Amino acid sequence: MLEFLNSLIPNVMDKLPIFYAAIADTLIMVLWSGAISFVLGLISGVITTVTKPGGILENRIVYEVLDKVVNLFRSIPFIILLTWVMPISRAIMGTAIYVRGAIVPLVFGTVPFFSRQIESALAEIDHGQIEAALSMGSSPLEIIFRVYLRESMGGIVRGTTITAISLLNLTAMAGAVGAGGLGDFAIRYGHDRNQMDVTNVTIVILVIMVSLIQLFGNRLVKKNTH
Amino acid sequence: MIELLHVTKSFDEGQNQVHAVKDVTLTINEGEVFGIIGFSGAGKSTLVRCINLLERPTTGTVTVAGQTLTSLSSRELRQARKKIGMIFQHFNLMASRTVFGNVAYPLKGSGLTKQEISDKVHKLLELVDISDKENAYPSQLSGGQKQRVAIARALANDPSVLLCDEATSALDPQTTKAILLLLKQLNVKLGITVVVITHEMNVVKEICERVAVMEQGQVVEQGDVFTIFSTPEQKVTRDFIRTTSNIQKVEELIGKNNAVTLLKPGELIVRLSYMQRNASEPLISTVSRQFDLDMNIIFADIEIVQDAPIGGTVAIISGERQNIDAAIEYLLQKNVGVEVIEDAGVS
Repeated sequence: MLEFLNSLIPNVMDKLPIFYAAIADTLIMVLWSGAISFVLGLISGVITTVTKPGGILENRIVYEVLDKVVNLFRSIPFIILLTWVMPISRAIMGTAIYVRGAIVPLVFGTVPFFSRQIESALAEIDHGQIEAALSMGSSPLEIIFRVYLRESMGGIVRGTTITAISLLNLTAMAGAVGAGGLGDFAIRYGHDRNQMDVTNVTIVILVIMVSLIQLFGNRLVKKNTH
Repeated sequence: MIELLHVTKSFDEGQNQVHAVKDVTLTINEGEVFGIIGFSGAGKSTLVRCINLLERPTTGTVTVAGQTLTSLSSRELRQARKKIGMIFQHFNLMASRTVFGNVAYPLKGSGLTKQEISDKVHKLLELVDISDKENAYPSQLSGGQKQRVAIARALANDPSVLLCDEATSALDPQTTKAILLLLKQLNVKLGITVVVITHEMNVVKEICERVAVMEQGQVVEQGDVFTIFSTPEQKVTRDFIRTTSNIQKVEELIGKNNAVTLLKPGELIVRLSYMQRNASEPLISTVSRQFDLDMNIIFADIEIVQDAPIGGTVAIISGERQNIDAAIEYLLQKNVGVEVIEDAGVS
């Protein structure tokens, strides 16, 4: 087996510790920035939805500002965003490089995307249900937690799946600030040193990760659909 | 019970304002079933939403059970809304909750214990006759069953008013009847005031005691259902009544020269309509005997509205002309509407 792997993917077998570290870096980046982005994006998506014209907490100023900020960050290519938010990164994390330095730009890149996903999940709730809840005397906070978030669980899970996969994509670029990870691994060795097997193995690992995320997401959606 | 005073609701649509409800003043009494009827776009759905302030009136005041809703804080308004149940055309049940969960929804935070909530939900489900579906999800229910659940949910906080916004419009005729019957039963059993918004005159006829007719945001006519049916004043009201009765069809038959309506010289076709609750008198046979006339009933459509017959008869009268005139005079005296549809003239 070992021999077989050694002959099939010699360059990877050569630097297994680096390879494992790259996987670990990717997972750390996805989990940390994913968890932070989930909370922030959820809040942002909910606020956008309820402050929209006709929403239960209609507020033009909050809505317009949030909407524009989301658009702003959505339109910046991630590779540029990485360097642009370096000062903020330095202020919050104490450094703008390595895995620690990548978390902030990843969050900036993911929150607006996830916020839009949440928005579209919540938009699927029939206004009649909101009206019914209002007619029963529910407060805005109750409507957010007991109607919006609960009724759109399927959509939220679906949006989370898509976002998680897109976040995994973004981490591949984080190598640009020295954060390591699978993307960096593939570029540094697979491309720069022309070790094709490194690139191939990286792709296989990423495909497996994406498939797992999708599988898990689909399971959850199914469980939440009645 | 419910008092709307000069209620107006306008929406901004781009440059121009749309007046969905224009200066409506309406009083709905405690314990009655009140209908608001209008064609789509007449503003009736907006008006009913003004009652629980889902739509806040642009001007005017809304008073329900002695509370002026338009001057309450949002917290007070939420409390007041718990006492105003509402059901909708599309039921608006929450898909992620079971029947039990849907009915229990408004009871959370009401201070009841879990056991009390459970007991209450079971009682409500029994009341609307759907106890066997307790653990089903809305997607597994038929339209009529969904509306029953919605009614149970609306009644959870023992409201004094139940607003029904086109509650039967998405249901088939038989289910409509069953739901209307249920609403009527709840009205009698619980003494709850019921406001029914509809575009179907049959719904009004079936359960309402009083009705308001809306057109272009205004209430153009209101009164007790029998009076509205027997002596409609507005064209829109007559149009609505026509939709429930076949009595107007006779004109089509005459137009088509149907054999049934062909007259011999000296005969005429009249429409007799009951304007008062006296149809129990044998008018046709009395007239026929007393004035020596032949009356051939070719068409009749009589319904029971508010326990009194309403509708009319179309008949061909033949006999001496002066007898016919005298008979018509007699009928008019008895408060029967007489309308000569066609007169073949004296031979």
